[in-house]
Amino acid sequence: MNETQAQTDDTSAGTPIIEVSSMHKWYGDFHVLSDINLQVKSQERIVICGPSGSGKSTLIRCINRLEEHQRGQIIVNGTELTNDIKNIEKVRAEVGMVFQHFNLFPHLTIIENLTLGPIWVRKTPKKEAEEMAMMYLEKVHIAEQAEKFPGQLSGGQQQRVAIARSLCMKPQVMLFDEPTSALDPEMIKEVLDVMIDLAEEGMTMLVVTHEMGFAKSVADRVMFMDEGQIVEQNNPHDFFDNPQHERTKLFLSQIL
Amino acid sequence: MSNPTTKATREFLKPPVTEVGVIGWLRSNLFNNWYNSLLTVIVMLLFWQLIPPAFSWAFVNSVWNTSAEVCRETDGACWSVIPQNINFIFFGFFPEDQQWRPGLAMVLLIALVVYSKNRNHWKKSLGIYWLINLVVMASLMYGGIFGLPVVETDQWSGLPLTFMLALFGIVAAYPIGVILALGRQSKMPAIKTLCVVYIEMIRGVPLISLLFMSSVMFPLFLPDGVTLDKVLRAQAAIILFSAAYVAEVVRGGLQAMSRGQFEAADSLGLNYNQSMRLIILPQALKIVIPPTVGVLLSVFKDTSLVVIIALYDVLKTTKVTLSNPKWTSYSTEAYIFLAVLYFICCYAMSSYSRKLEKELHTGH
Repeated sequence: MNETQAQTDDTSAGTPIIEVSSMHKWYGDFHVLSDINLQVKSQERIVICGPSGSGKSTLIRCINRLEEHQRGQIIVNGTELTNDIKNIEKVRAEVGMVFQHFNLFPHLTIIENLTLGPIWVRKTPKKEAEEMAMMYLEKVHIAEQAEKFPGQLSGGQQQRVAIARSLCMKPQVMLFDEPTSALDPEMIKEVLDVMIDLAEEGMTMLVVTHEMGFAKSVADRVMFMDEGQIVEQNNPHDFFDNPQHERTKLFLSQIL
Repeated sequence: MSNPTTKATREFLKPPVTEVGVIGWLRSNLFNNWYNSLLTVIVMLLFWQLIPPAFSWAFVNSVWNTSAEVCRETDGACWSVIPQNINFIFFGFFPEDQQWRPGLAMVLLIALVVYSKNRNHWKKSLGIYWLINLVVMASLMYGGIFGLPVVETDQWSGLPLTFMLALFGIVAAYPIGVILALGRQSKMPAIKTLCVVYIEMIRGVPLISLLFMSSVMFPLFLPDGVTLDKVLRAQAAIILFSAAYVAEVVRGGLQAMSRGQFEAADSLGLNYNQSMRLIILPQALKIVIPPTVGVLLSVFKDTSLVVIIALYDVLKTTKVTLSNPKWTSYSTEAYIFLAVLYFICCYAMSSYSRKLEKELHTGH
């Protein structure tokens, strides 16, 4: 708590947009997340890393309630996540999510994938939604594919569409769940470039990734998770050059 | 491949002539080893024995539109049994002078079905056409307005009855089945239990018993003086029965959906109705088109079971025709005609479903 509190003080730019306090989660008997405390300020970029099974994906999936937590509190943009489905839908509309396997809707064209949320959730008029969708498609350099179906695009293109789809909802926060893990090496860069652009525009981002280059250049804070706990968090410079915990050191020595 | 080849000099050779074309096909499919060659020869001999006599029976020595007396003198098929009795086969006990009414109703129905096949016509106006058509068809069949004499439903028979039971059976069973499937997946225990019990109960009994129940048992529960039309009860039994089967097929489709699709829909903030209607069902229903069509074809063919509660569908009217001593020895011809009629309808449905599948394919 003290550590995160300190950070709130020194960056006056952002107000906390996500507050997770003493949060626990179990899958049946398995204690997958233990005593998670996390504050994310507006415009902050956080990279979460850690070995597989450490609970990092589960953590960000709790933030838009794709997973339910059993104890503690999660407040997103002033709304506490409880069983109340209206609150959950409200939070989900404000939080964009990008998945490892893209999860585009294969029966809809690219443009329809993008306009679906604005039209049905935000009640944006169709024409307006389409204009906005084209703007975001241009931003991820893929406007010429608007009328195609997801199955006709490469993995990297699909992931960029997925990012644009989230952006069309004008989210306060973007969650990325290993966005480049399912991509061929030559496509990783095109997705990371889009994410870097997004970071530079001031989007609040929580990114679960193994791309340490991205963490170094973009993150305000790097978090290391192991066995369901946040082991260490620091600015990227100190995190990579001067890790405090043995487990962090071991992890970094394995992936760098 | 030992020489390194570049794109410019790479030669594209044609496959050997024995591998392609008619010769290649014959070799690989009919004569690829000794026992296949033997089978091919035997089957060909069988064809040689069977096809020419069947052909001359059906087409050469046959008579097409004569009296029963002429039929007795020919060796071939007596197709006359159909045109000579066509009014009764098609319209059964519908009063003879009024039979243009069900005829027109059928023409309207088929025209609208054909119109509805084109996906570009799937708009609000199509629903309105169907409503108008239903009203027109009902008034044609039942009468009572525009000076048309009333024809009670117990006189409805033949092809209109078959088509009506099948079409409304299919059109109503499909959405009910989808709702049951969604209910079975529901997180709410009461709804889930209700749907499971319903589906398993219905699937546990034969359609015939449901039809019996609808015609014999159900009226016992109604208060005195209240009657529910017999055709309507049979229709309800068919719908309730088919819906349970559709539900299980659709459930298969729902289970085939990846969790990612549900999660992506959720994470956009779509509510349950929206994510089902816009994301999940369009994909799940598309996946299960082939088995769904199987169920719907059964619905169509099972309408012939209504004969056991004394409704005269097209199969029964044909049988009644054949009970006339004049025509009784020409059952083969009559049943072949019926088989062709059923086949045309079923084949139209299944080929349409294949076309629909192709149109809905988006390369995933």
